Amino acid sequence: MGYALNFNLIWRHFDKLWGGLLLSLELAVISIAIGTVIGLVLAVWYVSAGRVVRAIIAAYVEFIRNVPLILLVYLVFYGVPTVVDLAYSAPTSFVLTLSVYSGAYLVEVFRSGLEAVPRGQLDAGKAIGLTPWQRLIHVRLPTMLRITLPALSNTFISLFKDTSIASVISVPELTFGAQWINFNTFRIVEVYLVTTAMYLLTGYILLFGLRLVERRFRAAR
Amino acid sequence: MSEASNAGPALLDVRDVSKAFGAVEVLRSVSLQVKRGEVVTVIGPSGSGKTTLLRCVNFLESYDSGSIRIDGKEVGYREAGTRQRRSERDLAAMRAETGMVFQSFNLFPHLTAAGNIMLGLTKVRGKSQAEARQIAEHWLGRVGLAHKADSLPAELSGGQQQRVGIARAVAMEPKILLLDEITSALDPELVGEVLAVVRSLAEDGMTMLMVTHEMAFARDASSRIVFMADGGVSAVGPPKEILAEETTNERLRTFLARFRASHF
Repeated sequence: MGYALNFNLIWRHFDKLWGGLLLSLELAVISIAIGTVIGLVLAVWYVSAGRVVRAIIAAYVEFIRNVPLILLVYLVFYGVPTVVDLAYSAPTSFVLTLSVYSGAYLVEVFRSGLEAVPRGQLDAGKAIGLTPWQRLIHVRLPTMLRITLPALSNTFISLFKDTSIASVISVPELTFGAQWINFNTFRIVEVYLVTTAMYLLTGYILLFGLRLVERRFRAAR
Repeated sequence: MSEASNAGPALLDVRDVSKAFGAVEVLRSVSLQVKRGEVVTVIGPSGSGKTTLLRCVNFLESYDSGSIRIDGKEVGYREAGTRQRRSERDLAAMRAETGMVFQSFNLFPHLTAAGNIMLGLTKVRGKSQAEARQIAEHWLGRVGLAHKADSLPAELSGGQQQRVGIARAVAMEPKILLLDEITSALDPELVGEVLAVVRSLAEDGMTMLMVTHEMAFARDASSRIVFMADGGVSAVGPPKEILAEETTNERLRTFLARFRASHF
């Protein structure tokens, strides 16, 4: 093995990786925020809806969960503008895709959480005269959040890693930055070592933060 | 059955209420009146419909026919006779007039003892945080938990949780308090502290309808006892009469004999 590691070229282009990481985080945060809204609204709707609405929401969830994200990314970026007269940038297209994608996973997380809220607590909310809306806001959602936090953390971390797929439509996030450096310097081992370390570290920091939140809430159970 | 004691206007008036879960009739034409200030206890074997009856009174359960009125107002439906369910908003307002304490406490786990009591006061009664806090502290004092106002339910014993449950219900100043086997989930040594609270509320003149297996307590604290069997009211009367060993009611005698055998 005559390969000698040389990181000089990587450091020279490190701004591609650093800027990429920041964009990855931005994509993740925006998509997860939108996905959380989609997930919450649909989950709340699901548990109180009739059969038809439930079937539609379930179909959305099943569709998304059974199609690879990379295909959805292609479909939204190349497919949709071909059929409909719509123009959007690659980052916008990806945020759109990841939002809808994360929404489907989060519906499942929130739905199972809502269904796990003990009936007795809802009865207690009714008994003191809370309206359905008040019961949702003050009784059901807080308990649901406590129940779902661990699953939620895992989903969030997973979605952060999924931003790497944006590289296939040339969104200059972290993985795309790594590819660019690789093509221009041929330091394939070094660049992917550094990139892996960056994903790993960011993931750990995110997880650590989420576990702190979990612990706070668990103490309050 | 003598109903002579019901001459006064009833605060709670249950008339011919029936309910079935599929083919199972859980309530068969149940009638029952509770006057202001009365403590009425419902006893009976499990599966006799006691809890279902209680849950119908604040419409946690709907019923198929009959009428339930509190202070002259039909509870779950727009009018007696019609099956037109009240709107959720209306139901919430009706339920705010009854307090309920549950077998499994059902405290809100994310709120402190005071927070549990304040939720209804602020959201339903429209009181300010400060005012609600004051009321919560008053009632926590009444149930002997003034020092636990800022504890979460998980940090309280079962008996303490149940006392918070009672405080949460009475702080709303309900017209009637429904107690659903409130000591059944408690360790025996914690039962006394909870019953003491109920007794003191009874002395204050709180109207109560309770389901319990604490016969000694039922005997001492009730104005009347209702014996239910197979979804129907089998006997009603003052405690001395109902709990008498020489009762002529066959089902009641069997129930009491079995009860005495297992508890003494």
